[in-house]
Amino acid sequence: MRKLKPKLSTVRLPLMLALATSVAGLMVGCNDKEGVNNSSDADSKAETALAEDQSITINNTAEPESIDPHKVSAVPEGNIIRQLFIGLVDTDREGKTVPGMAESWESKDNKVWTFKLRDAKWSNGDPVTAEDFVYSWRRLVDPNTASPYASYLVDAKVSGAEAVMAGEANPETLGIKALDNKTLQITLTEPVPYFPDMLIHTSTKPVPQKVIEQFGDKWTDAANIVVNGPYTLSEWRVNDKIVLKRNPSYFDNAHTTIDTVTILPISSPTTDVARYQAGEVDVSAEVPPEQFESIKASMGKELRVAPRLCTYYYKYNTVRPPFNDVRVRRALALALDRDVIATKVMGQGQQPAYQLTPPSTNGMTNFTPEWQAWSKEQRIKEANSLLQQAGYSASHPLKFQLLYNTSDNHKKIAVAFSSLIKEALGADKVQVELVNKEWKTYLDTRRTGDYDIARSSWCGDYNEPSSFLNTLKTDNTNNHGKYSSPEFDRLLNQTLVEGVDAKQRANLYQQAEAQLDADMPNLNMYHYVGVRLVKPYVIGFPDNDPLDVWHMKDVAIAKH
Amino acid sequence: MLKLIFRRLLEAIPTMFILITVSFFMMRLAPGSPFSGERSFSPAVMANIEAKYHLNDPMWLQYVNYLKQILMGDFGPSFKYKDYTVNELLSQALPVSIELGLYAFILAVVLGLIFGIVAALKQNSWIDYIVMAFANIGVVIPSFVKAPLLVLIFAITLKWLPGGGWNDGAVQNLILPVTALALAYTASIARIMRGSMIEVMNSQYIRTARSKGLPMQRIVLKHALRPAMLPVISYLGPAFVGIITGSIVIETIFGLPGIGQLFVNGALNRDYGMVLSLTILVGVLTIAFNAIVDILYAVIDPQIKY
Repeated sequence: MRKLKPKLSTVRLPLMLALATSVAGLMVGCNDKEGVNNSSDADSKAETALAEDQSITINNTAEPESIDPHKVSAVPEGNIIRQLFIGLVDTDREGKTVPGMAESWESKDNKVWTFKLRDAKWSNGDPVTAEDFVYSWRRLVDPNTASPYASYLVDAKVSGAEAVMAGEANPETLGIKALDNKTLQITLTEPVPYFPDMLIHTSTKPVPQKVIEQFGDKWTDAANIVVNGPYTLSEWRVNDKIVLKRNPSYFDNAHTTIDTVTILPISSPTTDVARYQAGEVDVSAEVPPEQFESIKASMGKELRVAPRLCTYYYKYNTVRPPFNDVRVRRALALALDRDVIATKVMGQGQQPAYQLTPPSTNGMTNFTPEWQAWSKEQRIKEANSLLQQAGYSASHPLKFQLLYNTSDNHKKIAVAFSSLIKEALGADKVQVELVNKEWKTYLDTRRTGDYDIARSSWCGDYNEPSSFLNTLKTDNTNNHGKYSSPEFDRLLNQTLVEGVDAKQRANLYQQAEAQLDADMPNLNMYHYVGVRLVKPYVIGFPDNDPLDVWHMKDVAIAKH
Repeated sequence: MLKLIFRRLLEAIPTMFILITVSFFMMRLAPGSPFSGERSFSPAVMANIEAKYHLNDPMWLQYVNYLKQILMGDFGPSFKYKDYTVNELLSQALPVSIELGLYAFILAVVLGLIFGIVAALKQNSWIDYIVMAFANIGVVIPSFVKAPLLVLIFAITLKWLPGGGWNDGAVQNLILPVTALALAYTASIARIMRGSMIEVMNSQYIRTARSKGLPMQRIVLKHALRPAMLPVISYLGPAFVGIITGSIVIETIFGLPGIGQLFVNGALNRDYGMVLSLTILVGVLTIAFNAIVDILYAVIDPQIKY
């Protein structure tokens, strides 16, 4: 038996290799330093030399549940469906509502709307008619379709929508009618002045009746699908990629430059950026926050940061202690230093939030709470006083659980929140327990109301304050904290009264936010920004639309 | 032999039955619904959705209906991917995982056997240590470090290989994921092979062969390899199943549309149909490969009789 003579310890070799590879990794990231590019493209497609191969690959963060407009409810699905189906209206690069399938529309009273359709075809040659929209909207609210967004037409106040959705009336009773092939009439129960703006939503898009009746659930297969938008589905491999190809029947096809769009479902921001750097992704969906600074330094010109119509907040459970007491709710809101959260913990350009509705929302007069101008000491003094009035002190501390769904970011913010509050009010007076639950479990807990504070966020479905404020109306399905204020409800209902003009509406929204500040059902933290990487040869990718409603037909690839 | 196969089939039935039943009820007991999302739906809408998928039926009825369905080979609709049935999704994803798994498996076995044999024959020399250290790196570094590291080196820096994507199984897209997947199993196979080989090489009949003057190559390949491989083979059965089904990290990082992603996303999304069908699939595969392993045993070692 030979004697044991270790030449090189089996521990040291792997360690050296690990160090070597990590050093190699660090050296890769350093390139020239550039600033962040915030401007939208000045080049027009016409002026720049275009590449031979007009193909683009974009990351969409998740595998879509479906591309049937009536079966979906989330953003990744909407992004894909938008390239395939065009509704009555569309949006331009700035996010403004522009004609889509409808050339023009009018309404005398904001209750009865008449849309005149343009000459447009489906990809199988059939003309797009008003009947298509009648069929589609009926299918949306039909209980047999089981559409998750059936209630959108209820929110839009379309007459008969609620009864049909509940199965109490036939879909034919829905307030939508084809006056002739090219004229569509929609009747609302109340005047909704911004009704056309609401029609950018996925659920209101038309679907081809003949194809659905022929193929049933398989109508979205690449072999069967028929579309009216700039692109059609060429290939769909679940968890791999979705490939869209140009649809020559699209009415504005002459202005479409990109021929092929490949959409990837990469959910990890780190992998997203890695494949972007490897040259396989042309437009990333996001950037990992911890890499933001280093990416800004090395790829600043390709980094786009733009405000988004979303707010991050902590939702109070207003029907059980301790947060059924408005003084406690306001105490925490005053004590929290939002600037630290927005600039230090997040640090990508997020704005601290003092109201629910993002300040850039169309038709909003922003509300500034009195205490926003106070000094930090003043706010903390007031917060302490409120806590004391509510009966909390060192001998009877405020104890609560903070619920958030599993994510590094939410955890960071929760930990920061906890320590900021304790620093401001005193660790002896406040005890926070952080509870982290997996997404579906978190949703279930929130639904049953078994929480004190829950991390939450809301993005607008359309660019108007009601898409945010409606969530706090009494009995709104998204009002998990069960906040109920007759005055708040009255103010919102007032915005839809006959004769109220835009200025008055904006004023009412401001008063509504003031009411929310007095009652503090949510602790608003910050308004979102969208951060993505875009290759320099991609021209025309929009970054001025706060709803982030991008169209590949507006984009082109420059020679590179 | 036939008796063995028949017995295994008979044992499989109650095993699968218990597996399906336990999985079914555990999935339903987990909090959360397949249809919950950030935006809560009105009760009317929720009722419509649940009626469509028969989630309103009493639990025992749903269970019985599900059993009837799978006996026909129909795994039902996917609760998450509404345009597809589970059968369609599996038929897209299974070939990917099998191809990936097969290549990784072959690579792991070949490398593992070679490393193990070389290390055993040169026991305690510097060759032994280098080979085993390299093999151990493969198992010690977790796959979620290995994979991004490989991408960083070969895709981003050197730009030799793509950073991800399936690309219909193109060779360049396979190299990195197969390597990352194989490395973890290479070490285990190498270690088992090394240990087993050392034991065999020290046994009586090998010493007899050496003293008779037979060349080492003949001894190793003709006399030592077969018995030394027995422990490796019993490891290979579950290892193969593990490679095919457990490659979730690799599939996620490289964006490969295999069943690993379907499995984890299915659990996270509460896609009952998907998760149950994959559980059944894994159960069937495990039973099948354990049976194959037992048969191989009998083939290799004439001492083993059933």
